[in-house]
Order: sequence, then structure tokens, then C-alpha cells
Amino acid sequence: MDHGPDIEHEEDYASEYKTRIGVFLFAIYGLIYTGFVAINALVPQIMEKTVLFGLNLAVTYGFGLILLAIVMGLTYNHFCTKKENELEAARKGK
Amino acid sequence: MIYEVSPLAIVLFAVIVLIVLGISAYFARQTTSAKGYFIAGSTIPWQVNGIAFAGDYLSAASFLGICGMIAFSGYDGFLYSIGYLAGWIVALFIVAEPLKRLGKFTFADALDAKFNYKGIKLIAGISTLVVSIFYLIPQMVGAGALVTPLLGFPHYIGVVFVGSIVIIIVATAGMKSTTYVQFIKGALLIVFSSILVFAILQKGLSEKPSDSYHDFQTLEASANGKVVASIKTPGYSLVSEERLGNLYFIKTRKNDIERWWKVSLTSSRATLEETLTIVKKAGSETLYNGLPLTDGAFYPVGHMSKIVVDGKEIESTGPLNPFSFLSTIEDSEVVRFIRKDFTNNGDSVSLWYPQPTPGNEIMRPGLKFKVDKGATPISKLNFISLMIALFFGTSALPHILIRYYTVPKPKDARKSTILAIIAIGFFYILTLYIGMGAMVNGVLDVQSSNMSAPLLAKSFGILLFAIISAIAFATVLGTVSGLIVAASGAVAQDLTASLLNFKISDRGKVRIGKIAAIAVGGLAMILGILFKGMNVSFLVGWAFAIAASANFPAIIMMLFWKKSTGKGITASVLVGMISALTIILLSPSMFVRYGLAAERAIIPMDNPAIISVPLSFAVLIIVSLLTQKNEKKEVVEKAAE
Repeated sequence: MDHGPDIEHEEDYASEYKTRIGVFLFAIYGLIYTGFVAINALVPQIMEKTVLFGLNLAVTYGFGLILLAIVMGLTYNHFCTKKENELEAARKGK
Repeated sequence: MIYEVSPLAIVLFAVIVLIVLGISAYFARQTTSAKGYFIAGSTIPWQVNGIAFAGDYLSAASFLGICGMIAFSGYDGFLYSIGYLAGWIVALFIVAEPLKRLGKFTFADALDAKFNYKGIKLIAGISTLVVSIFYLIPQMVGAGALVTPLLGFPHYIGVVFVGSIVIIIVATAGMKSTTYVQFIKGALLIVFSSILVFAILQKGLSEKPSDSYHDFQTLEASANGKVVASIKTPGYSLVSEERLGNLYFIKTRKNDIERWWKVSLTSSRATLEETLTIVKKAGSETLYNGLPLTDGAFYPVGHMSKIVVDGKEIESTGPLNPFSFLSTIEDSEVVRFIRKDFTNNGDSVSLWYPQPTPGNEIMRPGLKFKVDKGATPISKLNFISLMIALFFGTSALPHILIRYYTVPKPKDARKSTILAIIAIGFFYILTLYIGMGAMVNGVLDVQSSNMSAPLLAKSFGILLFAIISAIAFATVLGTVSGLIVAASGAVAQDLTASLLNFKISDRGKVRIGKIAAIAVGGLAMILGILFKGMNVSFLVGWAFAIAASANFPAIIMMLFWKKSTGKGITASVLVGMISALTIILLSPSMFVRYGLAAERAIIPMDNPAIISVPLSFAVLIIVSLLTQKNEKKEVVEKAAE
């Protein structure tokens, strides 16, 4: 049985860097998500406190988690692309 | 409820179906190899794949299920949106690129590539099949729910109809056509949902949602202690009564029509509030609000009983902005309809009574998930368990995993995931507005939460309804196609490769995949009919739970734990899948499906992830540690051969 890849890709020199920041960003988001679930499960009453633009904590936190995912995704892509380009340029410069 | 069939809706619906079939036929000619059939030859541009991801993910569960759940239970439905979206963070940061770098066709292929262990492909293939089928059930239920208001067909015809079209699509063209169908549908869904939300905000909030909205009656009665003595409103006579805990209902008769009312008692007076009922008479006749269904007496509901702006009560608000729409509901009061079932003199009664609910309770958790009033430690664990499944399930869903293989490079997998997060995140914010809009605009069919969003669109005109319904139908078609491709891929690539001892040709794999697509599609149709009436988002929660339990620990540990072994991974997938399935099959919701009381359920939780995910991780770690030496030895022996 062949256990090599069915689809060959170019060597990804930035993979370690990308994994590191991926795990770091995942840990941050995971903590904030855990906080959200914990408040909902343990002290849901505080979710009705008004926080921003007349919206309560439940809606603000919920929208915040969605927007944070978008912002973190774009940030991650920015750093990954930058690193990939840097390493690509360095490799070509050799 | 009776739905009037709109010719415009039928025409638009037919156009969408023909476009989908056209795309399918076009790409069928380009698909000859297994790689082309299962992963579109890894040629899809990341932009198209990103929106197709959104198309795949924004399935019937999101559009029909979440909006419906918010319309019936407020903020609790929105928790699904948050959990579904948060799951993409795991997919993006942890799974997307590393999995793509392995360069394989399926999740099972990837596991097999890493570990030289015979059973791994078989078990991972079975797991893919099980998750796909659990995800297919709600899509089929959604299809049935859609065609009823759209085409006037009964539920089962909708299910068979969708199943047949999808089998044609998948059996002819495979992943490329599925991707382009999802791309078009994902984009249309987001655009037209935005238009729907714009219409909701422009309309604002009103105590009388429309001119045709039913005028709820109250009757005056005299009370003797805690019993209704007589009805003062002329023409009504007292027939029967029913007490359910603190709730008190009475049945009246007027002009030979029997109706049920909810009683509110003071010391000497009683007020009777109109309810909605479906009564199955001891014979076989079923009456809707005391009359046959064809009389049209079973009306849509959902309205505001009090609108408060800046501390003052008003009748309507006029146009609102996205913040003031939600904050006004928060400060006001909405009438929800709560279901109770009982038998009375041999009649089987389903009754919905009006329950004025403060907006601040609607806009925070607690109406569906028992985390506040009446909460128990088990009910809280049940909620946490669901949120775990949604978070970890996304990146382990077969039809999502397969999309990482359709793009050319690992960085395309990353970019398409980010585009998907933006599109899906935006849509999920819209779900709160669509759901709340449906709750207060007098459009709800109390029998099915799944129809809330299309029915809301209908209140803004038949054109919007027709377009939204057609897109929702395409949603079901696209998602079901993607799932069936993933499932047939599992059968052709993983199961047959593991079970048969000879090498299958490329064409043979495609043929097996197509036969599997027909079989899986047929099974999904049967299950879609059996699960009629259950909220589709709730059902999808189960698919997430199984994926999170069976596949997620295997993916994560394969990518990040060097000591994982083939035996450890296989045991983990098996234990995760079986434990999640067992808990689901013994849960209160399934007991209701079996015709038994929910209280008799062997396991008091509906969501298994809090038990099955850690169990699956634990099994993987223990078995891997116990089999370190064996597998190293096998690898060395193989290398020596």
C-alpha cells in the first residue's frame, strides 16, 4: 500500500511558525469562548446587563465572539502570508 | 396550517432546480477520474471554495433551524450560531493547513497515511458515514418543511423530491458541481438574508404585526374558589376542564364548535384567554381550533404585547436601526405560544397558550436551555455539552474536511477558511434579526419552528418569499450533495479499500462512489420522513457531537501528538462514535421519538459530547501508550522487508 501523499505540495518552510501562532490564537479564542459558556451556564442573570449601544451582555458577547473570529482569522492570515513571503524571498535570494 | 401555493414561488423554485441540474450536467462531462469526482481535482480557486464552504455550512440547520429556534426560544437559538461559528476557529488555527499538507483524499486516507495500521481506514470510513447520515437527516427534514408552504406538498413528498434530485446531481457529476452549486447558493443566501433583515428593520416593531393578524379573544367568567363557575360572555357553555400543574384550561362550546381557553383566576373572577389547539378525536377526526383544517381556523401567531421606548409605552416604533431593534425588544414584552399535550375524554389534545414574556428574558439564555429558572446540574451539563460539540465538531465534519482537499495548496485551504468565517459570521449575525423578526411579526406556525424564516419572508411579499424559499431549497440540495459526496467517498475510498483485498481501478472507485451515493441518499430519505417535526438545528447538534467525539480527537492527536499509534487512533474513533451514539439513542429526545415519556430516558442528557469527547481522548492516549513498542517494532519489520 502506498502511504505517500496523493497530491504533492511545495515544501512549506513557514509551517512551524504558522502552527505556533495558530495554537496561540486558538488558545486565546478558546479561553474567551469558555468564559462565554461558563457565564451562560453558571450565572446567566448577568447576561441581561446592558453593555453597549443599549444591547445586553448576552448579545454583545455573542456578536463579539463572531467578530473576534473574523478579526483573528484576518490577523492570522496576515502573519502567515507575511512569513511565507519572507521565507520565499530569502530562499530565492540564496 | 394551510398554505396557499404561489405560482411565482413554483416558477422560481423550478428555475433554481434547473440551474442546479444544469451545472451538474455541465461538470459531469469534465469528471472522469476519482480525484475529479471526489475532490474536484484540487482545482477550485480559494475564493470559490471559501463561499462554497459557507454554502456547505449554512445548511438547513442554520437558515431554517437556527432562525426557527430563535423565533420560538429567543437568544437560546442564537447560541447555536455562536457555537457553529466558533468551531471554525478550531478548523482555521489547528486543522486546515496541517491536514491539507498531508495531501490525501479523505480523513481516513490521512489517518492511514500516517499510521500503518489495517483497521484504521475501515473505522474512520464508518465514522464518516455515520456522521454524514446524522447530518443528512436534518437536511431532509428541512426539505420536507420547505416544500409544504412552497409547493403545497406533504412533508414526505418534499423529502423524496430532494433526495431524488440530489442523487441525480451526485451520481452524475460529483464534487465540482457540488462546489459551484454551493458557491452560488451561499452567495445568494447571504445577499437575500441581508435584504430580509433590511425589510425587518424598516418595518420596525408593532403590537399588531399585520392587518390580517388574528385578534385574540378573552372571555369573562365567574369563579368559585379555584374553579370556573360560569362564563359571562354570551353564547359560550362550559364543557370540560384540564389542570396541568399550575396551569388551568377549560373547554367551551359555542355554535357546536369546541375551543380550549387558558384560565387566569382572581378571587371571584376568571379571565379566559384564547389558545390554539389540534385535537385528535377519539374516532379519527382531527380538528384545528375546533374546526377541520380546511376551514383555515388555525392561524399564524407571534406578536408584541408591550412596546417600550425610552420608558414610554407605544403601539409601534417605525423603522429601527440594528441596535435599537434588539434593545427595544429587550425593554418590551413578547407573546410566545407554549405547547402542552394531554388527553381529555379520549381526545388527544395539543394546545398552545399565549405566554407574555419580558424582552430581557428573551434576549438572554434560559428559555430553551435550562440554565436559569428550573435548572439542575444535569441541565447545565447538557448545555455545556452542546457548546463543546459545536466548538469541536465543525473541524471534524466530513463534508467540511473534504473541502480542504478541493483547493490546490495549503495556503488556499487557509484563505478559503478565513473567507468562510467572514461570510458565515456575517450570516449568523443576521440569524438573530431574522429569528426575532419572525417571533414578533405574527408569522409563526406553532407546529413547526423550521418554517419561521420562509414564513417571515412571505409577510414581506410573495416575491421575497419565493426567492428565499428557492434559495433555502438550493441550500438543502447543495448541502445534501456535499454530504453524499463525502459519504460515498468514504465508502469507495475507505471501506471497499479496507474490505476488498484487490486493487480497485480509478473508474471502479467512481462507480462504487455513485452506487454508494444512491444508497446513502435512499437511507437519508427514509430517516428524513421518520424524524419529521424535530428542529433541524437540534438534529444537526447530534451530528456535531458524533463528529467531535469520533473524529476530532483522532485529527488533533494525529497532527500534534507524536506518540499516537494506529491502534490508539482506531480505538478512539470507535469508542467516540459508539459512546456518542449510545448516549443519543438513550436520550430523552429519542425516548419521545420511541413513543415513551422523556422522563423514562436511561440517560438524562440529549447532548453526549461532554462524556464522549474526553472519553475518546482518554482511550486514544491510553491505547497509544500501551501499544508504543508493538507499532515501532512493526514499522521496523516492514522497513526491513
